[in-house]
Amino acid sequence: MKVNKKTIINIVIMLLAYALVFVLINSGVLSRQYKSLIVPICVNIMLAVSLNLVTGFLGELSLGHAGFMSIGAYSSALLSIALSNTFPPVLAFFTALICGGISAAFFGFLIGVPVLRLRGDYLAIVTLAFGEIIKSIINYLKITGGSKGLSKIPLYSDYKNFTVVFVIMVITIVLISNLIDSRDGRAIKSIRDNDIAAESIGINISRYKVMAFVIAAGFAGIAGALYAHNVGIIKPGIFDYNKSIEILVFVVLGGMGNIPGSIISAIILTLLPEFLRGADNLRMLLYAIVLIVMMIFNNSKFKSGLSLNRTFRKLGREE
Amino acid sequence: MKKKVLLSALALTFGLALTACGNSGSDKAADTGSKNETAAAKSSGDVFTIGATGPLTGSAASYGNSVKNGATIAIDEINAAGGVKVGDKTYQLALNFQDDEAKEDKAVNAYNKLMDSKINVYMGAVTSGSSLALTDLTAKDNILQITPSGSAKDITKNPNAFRLCFTDPLQGKMIADFVLDQGYESVAVLYNNSDEYSTGVYEAFKDELNAKGQSALIVNEQSFTNDDVDFTTQLTQIKASGAKLIFVPAYYEAAAHIVQQAKQQGIDSAFVGSDGWDGIIAQLTDESQAEGAVFLSPFLASDPSAAKFTDAYKKAYNATPDQFAADGYDTVYVIKADMEKAGSIESDDLIKAMTEIQVDGITGKVSFNADGEPNKEPKFVTITNGEYQLFDNN
Repeated sequence: MKVNKKTIINIVIMLLAYALVFVLINSGVLSRQYKSLIVPICVNIMLAVSLNLVTGFLGELSLGHAGFMSIGAYSSALLSIALSNTFPPVLAFFTALICGGISAAFFGFLIGVPVLRLRGDYLAIVTLAFGEIIKSIINYLKITGGSKGLSKIPLYSDYKNFTVVFVIMVITIVLISNLIDSRDGRAIKSIRDNDIAAESIGINISRYKVMAFVIAAGFAGIAGALYAHNVGIIKPGIFDYNKSIEILVFVVLGGMGNIPGSIISAIILTLLPEFLRGADNLRMLLYAIVLIVMMIFNNSKFKSGLSLNRTFRKLGREE
Repeated sequence: MKKKVLLSALALTFGLALTACGNSGSDKAADTGSKNETAAAKSSGDVFTIGATGPLTGSAASYGNSVKNGATIAIDEINAAGGVKVGDKTYQLALNFQDDEAKEDKAVNAYNKLMDSKINVYMGAVTSGSSLALTDLTAKDNILQITPSGSAKDITKNPNAFRLCFTDPLQGKMIADFVLDQGYESVAVLYNNSDEYSTGVYEAFKDELNAKGQSALIVNEQSFTNDDVDFTTQLTQIKASGAKLIFVPAYYEAAAHIVQQAKQQGIDSAFVGSDGWDGIIAQLTDESQAEGAVFLSPFLASDPSAAKFTDAYKKAYNATPDQFAADGYDTVYVIKADMEKAGSIESDDLIKAMTEIQVDGITGKVSFNADGEPNKEPKFVTITNGEYQLFDNN
């Protein structure tokens, strides 16, 4: 990455964004409800961006992302509970995070190697099954607390340690967008666009497929670890296929293969149910309606008109 | 690349701006809310707000809605009778009930929302998982927490937390004692191994039998998972084991399927269940299928002592109240008694007075010990002629 004006602007904007949240939290402007949403927003952004790598850029539909998230959540939580008495919190947390990411990536590899020989709908169903298998196994194991869940997880990543979560999120976004613009990323995109053509010019399809899958699983694992250390209790039921679908909704709403879109939709869709609390019993109905409206807007002429607008075009122009 | 990073940064600021707007928006809402409250306070004394969370949407919605409805009836009754007298002040009660979808992370948001809008006491959560996620938060805020129906053991580990219902282990123990009392020779168990409530009750049941040296009583153990509707395989095994009694610690949907399929297979063993069975009759196509089944329940809608509540509930919601509604109703009365005893609405006084009160509620006479657990007698309910009846021991 060349250091030029744009890079500097990006860094400045990131810092400004961070400073804004920092001030909001510490000045007491933000209510408790919205403070408690900051970490879930970051976690959802990480999940959406990492799933976008598989769904948007590799072009394979994965319905098991919550499964990887749960592996990361459980492995890191078990480790940090075990370490909490002997290690200082910072060290315990980072060991747990790395462990969560690596174990999720490992399972991504295990499932990816045989499964990525399948294509399209077949892969989707197999990943769906994988998520359910993970859930069942966690349910049966003694060490995970079974259906009672794992509680008393140290709260290392709650909003007070927002800085850590923010930095990890930024790292995730930067790494994944850098990957996509790299030589490997172009190979991944070429598989999406036409795998036969890609193979004919010597791209090792299996290798790149597994690579994208493993990286996405690893980041989902880290996101799961952050989730676990924010809420303090995890149950297998949280990571069911509904959660996977929820992440997929972020990606689809933001646009396949569109990382800023994933970020925006993850933010909006995490905040929306909380905005609608005033609506009481109609809350989830309104949520669904807003979702439909947003999906229609996303495909509408109005939006493509907007993106043709001069100022908007200027904003997104490649140098 | 540049474009993407730039856009992502933009997105971030956009999101943060959104957060900030949302915040001011919610503050406004809270303002208008408190304005309404102050208006009410001016006309009829001060307002004491009970904050509560529970599932109002999602698969567990019926529990949250029942608790909310039951609590609303109690609050309306108390307010109609002039409110709660604390010292020389009279308080009107108000309920602020937030949806948590029975999910832990949503429960944290909902609880923080309650704390933003200022509550005096926290009633919740309705489900065990959500209660567990909140128990340390309420301790940090030093606010009195009473869960109407959260049965996991650790909920009450902090001194500020109390519960109105039986814990899962206590239920398992009481049912085991009941089975021993009735002198059954052999028991088969059919439980939900993906549900913490079901496994919790079952494990305590087994432990109690072991402790009494009667572990040989269990001749067969079968399990199922959430949303199962076909229990033929398990029931065939149970039938082959020849058990005289089938213990089903489960919620009424599963229990209804189990009872029906057992009858279809010609199993004539007796059934005993946990408090999740409440509501089973409405699920049955033929009420005689559950004839003679016994289950533990804190509440019986047809009981004369609950007639006033049952009538009011039927009038307001056009439904028969279940135990969750009764728990919500009783919790409000516990809070009322606690306020009167404490003589203040400071959290410290409210927490301290909890162990000194006794409430004669519709789920039985209840008092609380320092561990936050309720002391009350279990009721066993049996199904006779398609109606719930109190089980007569003789």
